[in-house]
Amino acid sequence: MNNSSTIVSVQNISKSYWREKLEIPVLSNISFDIPDGEFLSLMGPSGSGKTTLLNLIAGIDRPTSGTITVSGNNITSLNETSLAKWRSNNVGFVFQFYNLLPVLTAYENVELPLLLTKLSKKEKKEHVQFALETVGLADRMDHSPKQLSGGQQQRVAIARAIVTDPTLLVADEPTGDLDKHSAEEIMILLERLNSELKKTIIMVTHDPRAAEKAHTTKHLDKGELS
Amino acid sequence: MQIIKLVFKNLKRHLLRLFLTIIGVAIAVLAFTLLKTVVTAWYAGVDAAANNRVVSTHAVSFIFPLPLTYREQIARVEGVDKVCYFNWFQGVYKDKNQFFPRMATDPETFFDVYPECITTPEVKEKFIRTRNGCVIGAKLAKEYNLKVGDKMPVTGDIYPGDWEFEIVGIYKGRDKKSDETWMVFNWNYLNEQIRATQPSRAEHVGWYTFTVNKIDKIPQVSKQIDELFKNSEARTKTETEAAFNQGFISMSGAILAALEFVSYVIVGILLLVLGNTMVMSARERIREYAVLKTIGFTSSHLTILIMGESIIISIVGGAIGIALTYPLVAGIGEALARIFPIFNIAPSTLIFAIFFSLFAGVVASAFPVYRATKMSIVDGLRHIG
Repeated sequence: MNNSSTIVSVQNISKSYWREKLEIPVLSNISFDIPDGEFLSLMGPSGSGKTTLLNLIAGIDRPTSGTITVSGNNITSLNETSLAKWRSNNVGFVFQFYNLLPVLTAYENVELPLLLTKLSKKEKKEHVQFALETVGLADRMDHSPKQLSGGQQQRVAIARAIVTDPTLLVADEPTGDLDKHSAEEIMILLERLNSELKKTIIMVTHDPRAAEKAHTTKHLDKGELS
Repeated sequence: MQIIKLVFKNLKRHLLRLFLTIIGVAIAVLAFTLLKTVVTAWYAGVDAAANNRVVSTHAVSFIFPLPLTYREQIARVEGVDKVCYFNWFQGVYKDKNQFFPRMATDPETFFDVYPECITTPEVKEKFIRTRNGCVIGAKLAKEYNLKVGDKMPVTGDIYPGDWEFEIVGIYKGRDKKSDETWMVFNWNYLNEQIRATQPSRAEHVGWYTFTVNKIDKIPQVSKQIDELFKNSEARTKTETEAAFNQGFISMSGAILAALEFVSYVIVGILLLVLGNTMVMSARERIREYAVLKTIGFTSSHLTILIMGESIIISIVGGAIGIALTYPLVAGIGEALARIFPIFNIAPSTLIFAIFFSLFAGVVASAFPVYRATKMSIVDGLRHIG
């Protein structure tokens, strides 16, 4: 069910994991669409399959059955190399534990996705500076991750996620490892990215206050949308 | 920033581990190069053999002498150019542990048959004219601080008695393969003394060494000479100088094979040292590789990151090992000059060392590369390292 305002279309998605010979179903026949510019939060208890669903939409995992279309591309039919290229062009990732490379400065961490592009050195610099200014850390670009607080590290991670100007931003528990104040700052930042830069955001969270910032909340329970 | 810069950034994560690994690789390469150099030094005589030189010895054993009369007959064989002959003299100079080759030779032809021993026409002339004259190699002269005009007293063992030689010249080797530790003296001096004391041993030589006009004639000439003395009192065995020298080395074959084996075991150790570091490093970074894959890095990118790091360590370690080998080989060469007159790092050893360093870098990273590229992103992100 694609139309001009739909950016993500999830159709009859099921996902099972295998532990030795035992099949563990995680998602069962899930279908829904996400309109362009949406800020969607996925909530649910642990083990409900919300991170798995996020991973499938972001193209870092493959469904057992069903199709996922993002911006008109059926990502479930892409091979590994094409999928990697698609991710680098279309998706920005924000993880719970930031996942910055400790040996790189904030600037270099944000620059990482641009290593895969053909942008000139000057263009890369402009992109990185814009991303760091957007998250309010332009003055900390030479700092290494361990010289930054948790909230600052997450903001660097968000800058890394938006530096390639992706259409889709996926965030897995972006405030899960932060104190209340830092979490609030991150949510404000995500809201700004959605409203000002028109990023479609899909966020997994346990935190009801974080979910309140989203336009829409979907609940998952035992692998099904409730 | 380029991907290669990321490789260098990764290298600096654990400086102590990096340092120890590089040292480990350097020591392994050093040991490998040194052992190969020892093996090469053992074969130096074979390598230094001229391809137009042929040796005739007694068919039964090298220790039995051949009559001097064979010289003319050998010289008459078609294809034979210059004929020289030797007696192994040895004896004791200073003390029993002072080993270097001491041989009686034909002063008329020695420098023609051994053109790699460079000296002046005046020395050659003096060598012929001086009854007890001897010529020594430059390395020997340096080691014993000997100069032209000095006397060399030697106590004979194979040929008993007190012998006094006068140094009439010092020869230099034409290249690094030339042995500069020989002491050769006028055969006539030896023969005169033997004639007086042990007449039955006189007019005999230990072996003949001669040059052949055309290399392709060597088998034919050798066969002809052996045929010539087939029914004589002393049958001959004629072979190339390389084969003759190889015969001596064959006696140490087991030791050399063991050394060769150990040198390859060292390559295995090198692989383990580097492989262990790379496996540890890659395991610690599983989550980072998953993050890199998430943002679009492909298997090729990860291969460059991991293999690049491994190759840099192995090349740096290898280069340090090779660099250290040179002064060590020079020192050992000087200390063991009498055992290994030619002790140099052969180009082939150098190529082997570089190749094995590179090979170790590639092989040591193979498993981490496989693991990182085959790992699913989801599993990698869950990894707690």
